Amino acid sequence: MTSYHAQRRASLIARYVLLALLAALWLFPIVWIVLASFSYNDTGFVSTIWPKQFTLSNYTGIFTSTQFPFVYWIRNTLFVSLVSMVLSTFVTISVAYALSRLRFRFRKPYLQIALVLGMFPGFMSMIALYYILKSFNMLNLGGLILVYVGGAGLGFYIAKGFFDTIPRSIDEAAEIDGASRWQVFLHIGLPMSKPIIVYTALTAFIAPWTDFIFSGIILSSSGNAKTYTIAYGLYNMVHATKGTSTTYFTWFIAGCVVIAVPITILFIIMQKFYVNGITAGADKG
Amino acid sequence: MFKKKSNLPPAATYKEVWQKGDLSFKLSFFFMGLAQLKRRQWAQGISLLGLELAFIGWLSFSGVSALGMLSNLGANKTKRVVFDNAQGVYLTKLPDNSVVILLFGVLAVILVLAMIGLYIASLRSLRTLYVQVRDGEHVATNREQLRSLLDSRLHLTLMVIPIIGVMAFTVLPTLYMISMAFTNYDSKHPIGFSWTGFKAFGNVLTGDLAGTFFPVLGWTLVWAVCATVTTFFFGVLLAMLIESKGITHKGLWRTLFVIVYAVPQFVSLLMMAQFLDLQGPLNTLLMNWGWISHPINFIGASANATVARITVIVVNMWIGIPVSMLTSTAIIQNLPQDQIEAARMDGANPFQVFRHITFPQILFVMAPALIQQFIGNINNFNVIFLLTGGYPMNNNYNGAGDTDLLVTWLYNLVFGQTQRYNASAVLGILIFIISATVSLLAYRRTNAFKEG
Repeated sequence: MTSYHAQRRASLIARYVLLALLAALWLFPIVWIVLASFSYNDTGFVSTIWPKQFTLSNYTGIFTSTQFPFVYWIRNTLFVSLVSMVLSTFVTISVAYALSRLRFRFRKPYLQIALVLGMFPGFMSMIALYYILKSFNMLNLGGLILVYVGGAGLGFYIAKGFFDTIPRSIDEAAEIDGASRWQVFLHIGLPMSKPIIVYTALTAFIAPWTDFIFSGIILSSSGNAKTYTIAYGLYNMVHATKGTSTTYFTWFIAGCVVIAVPITILFIIMQKFYVNGITAGADKG
Repeated sequence: MFKKKSNLPPAATYKEVWQKGDLSFKLSFFFMGLAQLKRRQWAQGISLLGLELAFIGWLSFSGVSALGMLSNLGANKTKRVVFDNAQGVYLTKLPDNSVVILLFGVLAVILVLAMIGLYIASLRSLRTLYVQVRDGEHVATNREQLRSLLDSRLHLTLMVIPIIGVMAFTVLPTLYMISMAFTNYDSKHPIGFSWTGFKAFGNVLTGDLAGTFFPVLGWTLVWAVCATVTTFFFGVLLAMLIESKGITHKGLWRTLFVIVYAVPQFVSLLMMAQFLDLQGPLNTLLMNWGWISHPINFIGASANATVARITVIVVNMWIGIPVSMLTSTAIIQNLPQDQIEAARMDGANPFQVFRHITFPQILFVMAPALIQQFIGNINNFNVIFLLTGGYPMNNNYNGAGDTDLLVTWLYNLVFGQTQRYNASAVLGILIFIISATVSLLAYRRTNAFKEG
């Protein structure tokens, strides 16, 4: 009996050690990014794990720089993500609710077209989007919001999967009592779907903070760094201005850490919904 | 609540509406909404009539010319110097801007198709109205019709704005790019280009780009398989480790791993590229420990192709395993325990239980999600673009490097120096065909598996 206990104890310790090692391995590069953001460095290069000299100057630098208007970037991104969050959530929830709870003639075609459109690489449409927005003089933050909201009508899968799980009998009971479908949507559908609304809103909010491609194509033509969003601004800092700005590399890292922290926290809050969404989609096949 | 579609013939044919309806019905075949207006259905009548008038107005002012120019994408293809009589000077005349002509042509086609759809819908509603009038049934009032938008026709209210958005920002660009694949839009024809049929497809499949296309396609498929399998397999193992008996604070352990995925990819991957650099911290560390004598060139411009490819797959594991760990955790928690218990009773060791019971069950539930991941990996732009940028360079390739996937190559063809816009559109279509085929085959197989 004791040997059995000892064996189980050894196995538990071994598993804890393995888990701790893996976690350390996984977090090691992340920790290094945070450390590098505090390192004093003017070579544009971080070649050590532990900084030789700690400093806060990267953070003060990026916030006060005139060449890299970091505060403007945050303001722009906040504007884009808040507006796009409200509009996209409205669009996504409307579509998901209609496709899940209502039956109408173009429901099936819409689902099929959405499936087909989803298989084209998103980059294919970039040139076209550029010219569409250019011909309407919308190569600015407003155009960027339109692009995000325009795509929201196809991102309904997770929300639809959620609505599919709410039993229909509730709707039917309300309709027998004389409620219109709008009232059912407003007073039954929406209150029951708070978690999925939160998830949809958070996803829409996060997207502009991490997207450097579409924002780059739409905003780069202005050439005015003050109109950039944060993801493109930071990306541009290390790529478009290669060579001249290597001295600002640690500023770039500091900027990344500043936005990565809130995004990471938001994502960790969302992880539960994320799992539910994926497995709900998996069930349907 | 959801009535089954009735298979009865319609109460009236369109022929009957045309022959027996009053003048307003007859005119409604040409001017939508007149019959509705006569029955005081103001909202429906005015919107139908207004949309038709707006469409005719647009068609006569710009629609016809937009459709007409679509045939040759603008007559002037080259830059010319012409004599301007009015000013008496020579002027340089730029070629017609085919990009804009094509865009508005595609837009015009979409609008015409939308109008045809609207016309059919209006005929349908006209027939309903006719039957109501003929049989002396109650004809809906304007107020009742408006109210139905919140009840029996709520789907219209909810879907109209999203559909306009999808049309403008997904359907239009996609159709536009598909049509671009059939032109000669490239660096030699940057402004005025023309239709060239399947020539661009020929260039990619057998012409000067074939030497790049097939190797890149091969690597894309290898990458997609490796990336999907590694993240899935090790994700399941990690999930089982965290879920195993005796481990406490499971949520905390999971969160530690998820942090990696939660960090925006342009941060984590750009920094990873720095981390793995020839002079980066990893090489410094390994050399300090004395494990290597020379720095390893993981992902640089002159790295070894195989080393770079393995590095990319390993870094993708770093980012991808936490996600598949999260998803498989949910499945592991819901696995039926009875089979596992029974197998244990029969003396199966933990490895056998995993190999023959747990893993197949997870695979079964996850199959559709895995197909999605596979397609996602074919199109995995971020990992390659941010980490290696396609490096190491390969002189045998045209505009691509050894780690470039089809999507990153597509990006290079557009935004790089080669400017082969038509070839990039061809690539997009080919990627679509690959994704569609893979998912079609896979769904077929999994469905058969489920039913069997």
